[in-house]
Amino acid sequence: MDFRLTDDQRALQAGMRDLLAARFDRERLRATVRNPALDRALWRALGDAGFFALRLPESEGGVGLGLPEAVLLFEEAGRALLPGPLVATHLAAGSVPGAASGDTVVTARDGELIEWLTDADHILGEAPEPTPAPTPTPIRSIDPLTPLHRVRSRPTTTPCPGAALLTAAQQLGSAGRTLDMAVSHARTREQFGQPIGAFQAVKHLCAQLLVRTETARTAVYAAAVTEDPLDLATAKLLADEAAVNNARDCLQVHGGMGFTWEADVHLHLKRAWVRAQQWQTAAEAEEALATGLGQP
Amino acid sequence: MNLGYTAEEERFRQELRTWLAKTLPTLPPKPNPLDWPARRAYDLGWQRTLYDAGYGELHWGATPTQHLIFLEETERAGAPYVGANFVGLLHAGPTIAAEGTPEQRQRWLPPILRGEEVWCQGFSEPEAGSDLAALRTRAVRDGAGAGAGAGAGDYIVTGTKIWTSHAEVADWCELLVRTDPTVPKHRGITWLAMPMDAPGVTIRPLRTLAGSTEFAELLLDEVRIPVSHRIGEENDGWRVTMVTLSFERGTAFVGEVIACQRVLRELAETARRNGRWDDAVLRRRLGRLHAEFRALWRLTQWNVSEAEAAERGVPGVGGSVFKLRYSHARQDLYDTAAAVLGPESLDLSHAWTLDRLSSLSYTIAAGTSQIQQNIVAERILGLPKGR
Repeated sequence: MDFRLTDDQRALQAGMRDLLAARFDRERLRATVRNPALDRALWRALGDAGFFALRLPESEGGVGLGLPEAVLLFEEAGRALLPGPLVATHLAAGSVPGAASGDTVVTARDGELIEWLTDADHILGEAPEPTPAPTPTPIRSIDPLTPLHRVRSRPTTTPCPGAALLTAAQQLGSAGRTLDMAVSHARTREQFGQPIGAFQAVKHLCAQLLVRTETARTAVYAAAVTEDPLDLATAKLLADEAAVNNARDCLQVHGGMGFTWEADVHLHLKRAWVRAQQWQTAAEAEEALATGLGQP
Repeated sequence: MNLGYTAEEERFRQELRTWLAKTLPTLPPKPNPLDWPARRAYDLGWQRTLYDAGYGELHWGATPTQHLIFLEETERAGAPYVGANFVGLLHAGPTIAAEGTPEQRQRWLPPILRGEEVWCQGFSEPEAGSDLAALRTRAVRDGAGAGAGAGAGDYIVTGTKIWTSHAEVADWCELLVRTDPTVPKHRGITWLAMPMDAPGVTIRPLRTLAGSTEFAELLLDEVRIPVSHRIGEENDGWRVTMVTLSFERGTAFVGEVIACQRVLRELAETARRNGRWDDAVLRRRLGRLHAEFRALWRLTQWNVSEAEAAERGVPGVGGSVFKLRYSHARQDLYDTAAAVLGPESLDLSHAWTLDRLSSLSYTIAAGTSQIQQNIVAERILGLPKGR
């Protein structure tokens, strides 16, 4: 048993981090916030890097890696706050033409919600329906980088454990990023003649950010290895909690600055709130875990 | 990222499982939790049984993964907990194994492993709890003079120690003393092995809020401790202690995580029986605790993997992350137990009621949550030290 990342996994993680630093740095993030549209060129660059085809067998033109590696890439995407229907397109690779290469943008209906509907070429799993489907109506999305449509009918989505885990991995990445942002601010911002990180109250906020991140990390990585439904529910529940509460605490550490549009913290918090509603909510995860009590 | 075990590790697990199934039914009944001499005899008996079967040395002689399997299987099978042997097996023993001379290892380790001697911990003081390095118990060299051999003479120790668990039934105490008051506080500390029957040692039991006398105050009045009982160099005790504490925070709680998972399953069963399972708020709370303890188990595996990779198997500071999360989860577990039990939770004869009271110590013992958060913030996150 060696739970740590292998050298290959570390290299994959570093490669993705480099790619995103080059193609989606903070400047690009803020530009996208000003003009929210899906970047097709970046989507294809992700395709070229194997982001979508990662888990397809090599014989089908894929990379032939597994869920643990996918989780590492999605964690990096979460760190960078990369927008777009990443999970649906990744899941569509191999079944929807062009998804694996990043030429086709695929979204999915998840409960009552569909993200990035206007920019997408395809909705995952939507077969021509015998009766006219209800028309999705746009809602004013809380997250400027996740356009949302709502379908007011009984949700038809079946639970998709892989989707929940890849969403959890993005939450983990976001939690790690807000931890870094909070610590970096606490080290440099001075008040009362010293860095605010010297104050115990701020220190303890930062310590809890780390505790949440590391707990979520082990839960997400373990679920990627075992694919056990209870591990998956654990991962989604704790990663949602880490992303949301880390963003909140990071905002608190930033004080008044944290409440402004210019700081990136609110973007992490809003995305975390969106993801917490996606694929497996806290209530669903908790019910699954409660039901699982008593099983070996 | 590999959570599988090697064929050899699986073989070890199977052997251990078979042995536990055969051995546990032959054990004597568990003693009354308030009867310390009986608990000492029971805990030492279990350690002797383990030793005779070749499992005595697993707490520090094995790889971290073997240790993990051992703790996992013994807890799953419902085997006795380390109990009075906690400090000897998980604390003083590993420290002497890592830092002692060959003679010292020969003197102290076999009696711990054979279930013959019980150790207690003399770290905290009334004026130095969380600020451990502020300890004031003094030790002065006598009899040999500065020029005599390194191991000659005695330390004469005077001071007060507090929160010493199992003191009444201990044979030895891992004692931190101040040997040089003139240097910065971390540098003048020495680690000594003190016999509990030495003249000048007075034990005053303290009653906990749970009603038990599991810990005590130690009054030390000119206690003579031979210099040969010193582990590590004089004034190097702080470094030796950090080795000890990293054990305490790293792997010492493995069995307890599994025990908590068992309690959680029993809670769910009880709730299903008494009708409280229909309360969605309570049911979801149980579900959340299930996630919590599953994640804590993964965190344990993560820490063991790190320890296995690290030199000499000393667990890293990541143990602080575990300790912080675990101590709160454990309190939450027993508060939830009270919600499941309802009025019955006020009855002291219910085991969970006593456990609920005991769990209050978890955010205090072995470094309070506040101190752990300072450690995490300063040593892992690199935030500046406060004034």
